[in-house]
Amino acid sequence: MGLKIDLDLCTGCGACVAVCPFCALAQRAADGKVEVNEACTACGACLETCPVGALSMEVAEKKADAAALDAFRGLWVFAEQRGGKVQEVAYELLGEGRVLADKLGVELCAVLLGHQIGNCAATLFEHGADKVYVVDHPALEKYTAEPYSEAMSALIKKYKPEVVLAGATSMGRGFIARVAIQVNAGLTADCTELGVDVDKRLLLQTRPAFGGNIMACIVCPDHRPQMATVRPKVFKQPAPTAGRTGQLVAEKLDLKDPVVKVLETVNAMQNEVNVAGAEFIVTGGRGVGGPENFKLLAELAEALGGAAIGASRAAVDAGWISSFHQVGQTGKTVRPKIYVACGVSGQIQHLVGMNSSDTIIAINKDPDAPIFGVADVGIVGDLFQVVPELVKALKK
Amino acid sequence: MHIVVCVKQVPNTTQVRINPETNTLVRDGVESILNPFDENALEMALQLKEKHPGTKVTVLTMGPPQAAEVLKEAVGRGADAVVLLCDRAFAGSDTWATSYALSTAIRKMEPADLVLFGKQAIDGDTAQVGPGVADWLGIPCVAYARKIEVADGKAVVERNFEDGYEKLDVALPCALTVLKEANVPRMASLRGKMAAKKLVIAPMTAEAVGADPAKLGLNASPTRVVKIFSPPPKTGGVKWQGEEPAVLAQRLADLLRERKLI
Amino acid sequence: MSELNYGLSELALEIRAMVREFAESRVKPVRAELDETGHFPTEILRELGKMDLMGLYIPAEYGGTFEGDSMPNLIAVEELSRICIGVSVSFAANGLGADPILIGASDEQKKKFLPPLASGEKWAAYALTEPNAGSDAGSIRTTAVKKGDKYVLNGTKQWITNGGEADIYTVFAVTDKNRGARGVSCFIVEKGTPGFKFGKKENKLGIRASATRELIFEDCEVPAANLIGREGTGFIWAMKTFDVSRPGIAAQAVGLAQGALDEAVLYAKVREQFGKPIIANQGLSWMLADMATKVETARALTYATVQSIDRGAKDYSKFSAMCKVYASDVAMQVTTDAVQVFGGYGYMKEYPVEKMMRDAKILQIYEGTNQIQRDIIGLALNKEYGAVAKK
Repeated sequence: MGLKIDLDLCTGCGACVAVCPFCALAQRAADGKVEVNEACTACGACLETCPVGALSMEVAEKKADAAALDAFRGLWVFAEQRGGKVQEVAYELLGEGRVLADKLGVELCAVLLGHQIGNCAATLFEHGADKVYVVDHPALEKYTAEPYSEAMSALIKKYKPEVVLAGATSMGRGFIARVAIQVNAGLTADCTELGVDVDKRLLLQTRPAFGGNIMACIVCPDHRPQMATVRPKVFKQPAPTAGRTGQLVAEKLDLKDPVVKVLETVNAMQNEVNVAGAEFIVTGGRGVGGPENFKLLAELAEALGGAAIGASRAAVDAGWISSFHQVGQTGKTVRPKIYVACGVSGQIQHLVGMNSSDTIIAINKDPDAPIFGVADVGIVGDLFQVVPELVKALKK
Repeated sequence: MHIVVCVKQVPNTTQVRINPETNTLVRDGVESILNPFDENALEMALQLKEKHPGTKVTVLTMGPPQAAEVLKEAVGRGADAVVLLCDRAFAGSDTWATSYALSTAIRKMEPADLVLFGKQAIDGDTAQVGPGVADWLGIPCVAYARKIEVADGKAVVERNFEDGYEKLDVALPCALTVLKEANVPRMASLRGKMAAKKLVIAPMTAEAVGADPAKLGLNASPTRVVKIFSPPPKTGGVKWQGEEPAVLAQRLADLLRERKLI
Repeated sequence: MSELNYGLSELALEIRAMVREFAESRVKPVRAELDETGHFPTEILRELGKMDLMGLYIPAEYGGTFEGDSMPNLIAVEELSRICIGVSVSFAANGLGADPILIGASDEQKKKFLPPLASGEKWAAYALTEPNAGSDAGSIRTTAVKKGDKYVLNGTKQWITNGGEADIYTVFAVTDKNRGARGVSCFIVEKGTPGFKFGKKENKLGIRASATRELIFEDCEVPAANLIGREGTGFIWAMKTFDVSRPGIAAQAVGLAQGALDEAVLYAKVREQFGKPIIANQGLSWMLADMATKVETARALTYATVQSIDRGAKDYSKFSAMCKVYASDVAMQVTTDAVQVFGGYGYMKEYPVEKMMRDAKILQIYEGTNQIQRDIIGLALNKEYGAVAKK
């Protein structure tokens, strides 16, 4: 099983070594021929690069018991709730889950775990769930991974869903991995794209790896359920249908007492997002013109789903915003997914702090501003006109 | 107290670039490093050792023979013992099989009071192995921990949520996955480096840890990578001008959605 | 980057890699802040201690890692200096404070005072200078009067590096007023000894992270067992200390100049004017070439001096003075030129070169001004050529 290298064919050209994302291929010192090491994940990225066809993938065709797999039906979404409030990611998953469930021709179910959580189920129906499994148990009052995984596993073993999705949040990622072990299922982390192969009834799970440098499509052919965590904000929330309802299954489970006890919950991060480590940053420069105009940037930050506010040195030195927000040589170095520079000219000292951001968007009146040299998308225009329009367009 | 820290050798993904012509990874000159989050897990263990004399820190990794390098790094910083789990039988393991393999090695050791992991590895970014190992071992796991205090056979742990944190009371043994903000990892000491240089690390095989061959490697892994591709290359340097702000703003919003950036 | 082969040991190369990484990751991010606030780099020194780097100059029998090769310690100083000499002087001052103990103390004293210095648990400082005794070190006025099994110290020391931060001080005091320099003795004084107090921290032009304070002795009783050597030998320990410590100042200078050169070249490659990087201008590239040549010359002289001392050279005051005077003058020139390369940006605190230029000045002043160094070299020439002339 795994990658096979036909050493008689291998010419030692090294083409495959260069493309392996996992550094699993190396040329032997003696003859330059290629060897595969333990780092190989059998991803197959090397197969096509071999000019002489020396590489092949040998996968033991496990004859999974088709009947056993067929016993699994239905698409489940873990409906994360905290303090009796269903988290947005659950709705996002219901939206995408609806599409996938319809393609597979199965029902869309939500799983709600907690204690005395009121009518969370109602909003789940309104967002597209056909059925909601509720486990109301004192052990589930505060989230800890052990009772949550125990409850989820018990439900899965009893009702045999075909697909289980959870948000890739602290909670979702924290307990679902235990469930995967308990129910002997495959689990794919932090997916950004989902699809289905209807014929083979496979969930196609696409996720970034390698610091976002590559994308991998992952399936789970011989195990059920097929489980994935999904990155929040990848899918859109469906519009709720008021009054839509479905079947409520209140499941009585006998759960062990939690071994981990929650002593205290602190919502410490209600204040602004810190630029260091932020995934989205909206930065204002000299062009912002005054402290009051940072409100405009705050609106854009909110429209982006909670971005941090950054500032250039010029804006900080002018006293418009605290140095806590400064990005650049003497400020913070950042590497967000999206960096929106508004009215920032792009002095060297600013660029060194942000030029490795994944996507840089610049809005500036001056078409020759150096910031355009590093921007993926540059908009030449007045930020006071462009930003409000952008906020509108993002909110649509 | 016995603390086991599970670490991984990873390519430094921040150095990885995409060749815009071939749209493939450029891996030349990319060094292999100790997974940065695992450094925080190791540091947590070493700080506990300083506070609780008599604590032993064992560092465990699974990987190719070269992965011994990260174990030497750990010894340089103050780890007491290391285990390299290395066997072709592990090749192609996904998180399910990896967590099983690691758990067998931990069971072979003297009983662990704490099993620490980095939050996630920067190459795979799954964050699944820590909780998975805990499950195989049948011990509780607190993911995303940023602080720990140990006293009287139990730990008080703070774990992060998206918008705050919780203080938890956990009986030992338990597992934690550790956040970057937990600490600033120390650098190796001179004496530690010298000791690491002399260290000969004998790999442990699947058989030596008593692992069930049916649960190892690619064949035992429920997930399969069916395709690897590069994300759409950066279009880079487009500059839009001369149109209505509303038009430009809409185009930008569409682009961001299309690229799934928002 | 290409480099000359100075025949460095494996240990010295290891230390270079370690300290370079340390300085880049731990010192660089905070150097501007330390400079601005004047905060002492306590955490940085603690960490260097944990990394076993505070005992590079102390023999293994006293807890250090020194085995006859002074280069590892010298290179540690150089590498820290490349990033910040405010930090490197705080590090190196420990060695300066400990040198009189290493050179003149009894085995018993060494066993008591050196191990905590080697582990970094305690820090040291060297206390010679007084308000009226700078270059003229023989004219110190702090007195030590024997009283039973104690000496009673009275007087004030000025501008003591690590003053207030260090735990162990080697203090020079007059035990016999009538004998001038031969009436000076050296004592080990521990922080916390009754009658031993500190003045306020000085506000300085450069090396602002380092602590520079007055030491005040008011009927401070020090055990007689803390006298280094015999009474009246203090001045010998002081001068012998300088002979081995001056190359350390040279190493600071080499590191600082190298740091400024690194910044200047990197900037000259990215800064564009008139459509090309400024390094493409011959006038500027020649300037950088001269800077680089001076840095390497200073390094070569410094390393050669230290390596000669390690190989058992007897008479090295002249060479110690030469490397100190040459390297520190180079540091002043190269840092000034680096500011010039940066132009207006160089004058701004956003960039590190103005700090480097301010820091450089002290190198021409402390551990004997460069005028004193030239005196030492001149005196040596006079003496050596006197011997030749007689033949």
